[in-house]
Amino acid sequence: MNYQYNIGCSLENLKGVRDFIRTSLRGHVASDVILNEIILALDEMCSNLMIHAHHCNPDHHIEMHITFPQKGQVTFEIMDDGEMFDINHFHQPELDNLIHEKRKGGLGIRLVKSIMDEVEYTTRNGRNVCRLTKKIA
Amino acid sequence: MVHIKRLQEEGTEILAVVGEIDASSSIELDLAIAKSVGEGATKILVDCGALEYISSAGLGVFMSYIEEFKDKNIHMVLFGMKDKVTNTFQILGLADLLHIRSNKQEAKKLVNELSV
Repeated sequence: MNYQYNIGCSLENLKGVRDFIRTSLRGHVASDVILNEIILALDEMCSNLMIHAHHCNPDHHIEMHITFPQKGQVTFEIMDDGEMFDINHFHQPELDNLIHEKRKGGLGIRLVKSIMDEVEYTTRNGRNVCRLTKKIA
Repeated sequence: MVHIKRLQEEGTEILAVVGEIDASSSIELDLAIAKSVGEGATKILVDCGALEYISSAGLGVFMSYIEEFKDKNIHMVLFGMKDKVTNTFQILGLADLLHIRSNKQEAKKLVNELSV
């Protein structure tokens, strides 16, 4: 089964992203806690892209695909046309620094890396593709 | 979408958070805490019983007050979280940096002990 969702780059649309993922994963993920983790990671990815690559322009769009390549595994692909923002190359501030500098940011990428098993970037037809994989069984 | 109700109980400020805190709504949490602090609250309880979801934007708000609260001798205790929300705090070890209790009674006890 494949699921697809197009998202305008407005933070108001994050709720819709979360609902889409919850609906798509219904029956695939038994644990409410794990389901919430997956939703969280994708919410963080989308909000990062909306803010940093698209400056919250609602006319810009992100596309999300959900596939189940093999039993017990889910793959998310997020496609966009903005500047590529590779979280694998992002310098993570230390938690202590986050507190000290009173920065309200920098936690999202840390969450994504903790939750997802793999985060890879490629380009396809001139678009950025971020592929996130998670074992669900 | 989040609603935050403020009420006072025996010298303690209680912020009841209802709904979901994400990058679009974390400002509401920030404003509510700032307002309580601005009005002189030194004991703040955050009722998370109806908090369905929190993303890093919301976690960041709580984190951002840690130093200020230390300086101003303000104490904040979160309570009543659902398991999935507790897990979000635990993934990055933030549960160790904040005061979190399972229910209001324990939260009240802790905030009073911390304020002595």
